[in-house]
Amino acid sequence: MRTVVDLTRCQGYAQCVFLAPGVFELHGEEGLLYATAVPEDQEDRVRQAAAACPVQAILLGEEVSIGAR
Amino acid sequence: MPADLKEGRIVVVGASLAGLRAAEALREEGFTGSLTVVGDEPHAPYDRPPLSKQVLLGQATAETTELPMRRDPDAEWRLGVRATGLDLLGKRVLLEDGESLPYDRVLIATGTRARPWPHEDEAALDGVFTLRSREDGAGLAERLAERPERVLVIGGGFTGSEIASACRELGVQVTVTERGPAPLVGALGGTLSKLAAVMQRNNGVDLRTGVTVTALNGNGSFTGAELSDGSRVDADVCVAALGAIRNVEWLADSGLAAGPRGIACDAGCRAFNMYGIVTDDVFVAGDVSRFPHPLFGYQLLSLEHWGNAVEQAEVAAHNMVNPGPLQRPHLAVPVFWSTQFGLNIKSVGVPTYSDHVVIAQGSLEARRLAMVYGYKGRVTAAVTVDMAKSLDYYRHLIETAAAFPPPPGAADRAIAADVTIPSDVPDPSVLSHGPTVALTGHLPDRRLTVV
Repeated sequence: MRTVVDLTRCQGYAQCVFLAPGVFELHGEEGLLYATAVPEDQEDRVRQAAAACPVQAILLGEEVSIGAR
Repeated sequence: MPADLKEGRIVVVGASLAGLRAAEALREEGFTGSLTVVGDEPHAPYDRPPLSKQVLLGQATAETTELPMRRDPDAEWRLGVRATGLDLLGKRVLLEDGESLPYDRVLIATGTRARPWPHEDEAALDGVFTLRSREDGAGLAERLAERPERVLVIGGGFTGSEIASACRELGVQVTVTERGPAPLVGALGGTLSKLAAVMQRNNGVDLRTGVTVTALNGNGSFTGAELSDGSRVDADVCVAALGAIRNVEWLADSGLAAGPRGIACDAGCRAFNMYGIVTDDVFVAGDVSRFPHPLFGYQLLSLEHWGNAVEQAEVAAHNMVNPGPLQRPHLAVPVFWSTQFGLNIKSVGVPTYSDHVVIAQGSLEARRLAMVYGYKGRVTAAVTVDMAKSLDYYRHLIETAAAFPPPPGAADRAIAADVTIPSDVPDPSVLSHGPTVALTGHLPDRRLTVV
């Protein structure tokens, strides 16, 4: 699973940091850093974090497989 | 007519954030025709902001920043192939492998590339980097993981400052050179640039301002640099963070209004040709575009912003498959963020479009504040440092053309909230790096001969 956070929207509520500390981390008071590749054992936590985000800034998706022709 | 626009052939040139979001949005808008996405990099669309943050810190690898897809855009992906031309009359995109792709409508989202160190032989030294692509990020992360003695960062813009921050967090010595008076001054003006300089020095960055790098030394491998003040810096890694170049060269003979400042388009993302006549089958989105914005004097804006790429791509996609009266303007207020030295800096509006600033909340001493920018008595921008939750309020002030200085709106209003000072935004030509927001006006990029 891949994740990207729309940091334009993120306001540092940090709900994701509490729900999936292995993936989301605060850098200082409110700067969010995250693991772009979600470890398998963290996927449920990350889904919860995406659902709980007050500004709905977390986008999840499967790894894309696009073959270059 | 509307039914026809949902069919046919669309080619998207550019397979990064704007290209991907446009492809997704075209399908969401009901486009059922053939869709081809062309990208010069051999990778699926990936996210670039982590490359100067998580990837350098070793918290993510450069190979894992693919952008999640919101839906499968059911596109044919032509990756690792550069577009070399656009035939407006024949309606074809020309590719470097000799093929040409016919289109009914085309979206140009070719973005920017890093401005390289100008001396080719010096730029080719082992240990000299730029940072834009996945390969750049992977290469630089690998070098930083080997704990070099010192890293030299040329240019104190956002990218250069984020790289310096990552170095310090890793415990690596770093020197930053900036031709202007302080880091970030080109984007944020004088007052916040002083805070940026203090943060760099407090975190152990060897910050040199008002100087330029005159030569990179090394025999095969980079060993150090000569500065314009006569000093030299010994370092084993160098990152040229000199801003970006817009990928417009492939359009040189196309007849579009494409130049070093980007491709001019209207509020509906439709490209202008070189006579200033709007096209109706060529659209532009993302970093490579320059578009008029009513909140900023209808000047053409060039934004190197993640959020702009997303929003402009969605507007372009909508307008590509809807008839004129149903088309939408791209009027989003620019938003930008940067995380460095433990601070979260967010910007709304265009800080360089200002004459005065005021600290409306917090203080420089607290390292937590909201600074509001005004132009001729109107609020045009705001920058928050560790105060992101206030940003929407200031966005509202900008959108409603509120009077500057702003009226009391927060309980933690600063004591000096009515004391305005000059915004002190320098001419971009005095900086080491290109601006990430450029007011490009209506100046033509070259003299025209009307045929």
